[in-house]
Amino acid sequence: MTAPFSVEGLNASYAGRPALTDVTWAASPGLTAILGPNGAGKSTLLKAALGLIPSDSGRALFFGGSLDQARSRVAYLPQRASVDWDFPASALDVVAMARLPRMRWWGSVPRAERDVAHEALDSVGLGEFADRQIGGLSGGQQQRVFLARALAQQADLFLMDEPLAAVDAVTEQTILAVLHGLVREGKTVLMVHHDLSLITAHFDHVLILAGHVVAAGQVAEAFTDASIAAAFGGLPGRA
Amino acid sequence: MPPSRRPLAGFQGAHERMGMIGHNTLIVLLGCAALGAASGVVGAFALLRGRALLADAIGHAALPGVVAASLIVAAFGGPARSLGPLLLGAALSAWLGLLALRALTASGRIRQDAAIGVVLSAFYALGTVGLSIAQAMPNAAQAGLSHFILGQAATLTEGDAMLAGGLALTCIGVVAVLFQPLRALCFDEAFARSQGLPVRWLDLVLLALLLAVCVAGLPAVGLLLVVALLIVPAAAARLVTQGLPAMLALAGALGAAAGAAGALVSTRFENIPTGAAVVLAGLVGFGAAVAWSRR
Repeated sequence: MTAPFSVEGLNASYAGRPALTDVTWAASPGLTAILGPNGAGKSTLLKAALGLIPSDSGRALFFGGSLDQARSRVAYLPQRASVDWDFPASALDVVAMARLPRMRWWGSVPRAERDVAHEALDSVGLGEFADRQIGGLSGGQQQRVFLARALAQQADLFLMDEPLAAVDAVTEQTILAVLHGLVREGKTVLMVHHDLSLITAHFDHVLILAGHVVAAGQVAEAFTDASIAAAFGGLPGRA
Repeated sequence: MPPSRRPLAGFQGAHERMGMIGHNTLIVLLGCAALGAASGVVGAFALLRGRALLADAIGHAALPGVVAASLIVAAFGGPARSLGPLLLGAALSAWLGLLALRALTASGRIRQDAAIGVVLSAFYALGTVGLSIAQAMPNAAQAGLSHFILGQAATLTEGDAMLAGGLALTCIGVVAVLFQPLRALCFDEAFARSQGLPVRWLDLVLLALLLAVCVAGLPAVGLLLVVALLIVPAAAARLVTQGLPAMLALAGALGAAAGAAGALVSTRFENIPTGAAVVLAGLVGFGAAVAWSRR
């Protein structure tokens, strides 16, 4: 079976310093945590694969082809802090942006696309907040708006950059429930993640990075004390 | 005078004696209002994309082009003060300024604000030197060029105002067509790129719009203050609106009102440069927005 996502010999630099060295890895359907200490190249892996930052060499494959061939099957969830939440937009406005590749560019968002956005907001428990200004939402709600936008892309592969960073308990439970739902539908979710305590209970696979691949595979096999120590320098839990 | 205006001529004098607005003045007013509306709308996107100060660089970088164009036109015996070639020169020169800006910031060792300062002052100095050379020349090539610095709507002909107004309305049309992708780009560039939106192309269009509005605004508002016409209405609108369509509408309306009010003041009191009058009118709106947002 073709892997939904794979990288081959990926090398990437960040601010002139090597961030990823010769990363070769193939994802499997299910929920995968991309783990590693700060500066391990977790976000860089997603950004380089999506072409958001240049990679020095190597390539990323989406369902066995290039990103352009698979664009409509790939959803991306950037870090929440990467945008200005004072931007003049409602939660629905933001989620509807997911539908842009399938919309005409002028005028208002068509009814059918608004419906998709509404459904996505409902599924993250923000149905009542559709018309709320995004700046008036809590951090956890903003994170769920980002998740709703990724859901509204109706993709098969989800690349998520720390969707569980600094969120409240309700948001964490909501996001995990939504992700488990995606996995039951056979989707692939790759998530950059910090908190080692959730791994065993919630994730199927891990990719442990420290600038290179330290360990990868099913949680039971790859998420070991030895691999954590190798990546985090012997300080598990201190991500 | 074109034949179409002849029947109005008799009325025009009467209108102006009665303190009403003459035909030419009305066209200039409408041109400045269109310009203000376009500045508000384009400025809103420039502000949200963090590019508003580029308008300052564009305005200043246009001066050498204006001077060069007037010298070239005069050398070929063309009409001393025809706006088309001057605006073309302004646009080319401003574009060179933007290229210089990009070259300076490309290495990452010179920050954008410093680069804007360097480019803006270099082109302005070059333009000022060119202006004094042009003024020393015997023909009338330089006549009215200094109006490009502070702006003088009263000196605009009907054709000038229509050119500037037409350019402004075109810019509004482009924004209307590209509203959704421009909004997506301004909110979250990384996401827009991950979706395969043509981000570089959209940024180029936004830059071209900024350039067009600035250049169209030069004769009326002047290069020193054209940046204010782009920033002030947009910043005011952002303070008091929730969604982007409302922000664009208010910024456009505020810009139009400031443009018309400034032009009106400047046609009545020729000592007051239009640029200053427009900016002061816009600042009244900005002050009101600040007060309203703090209520």
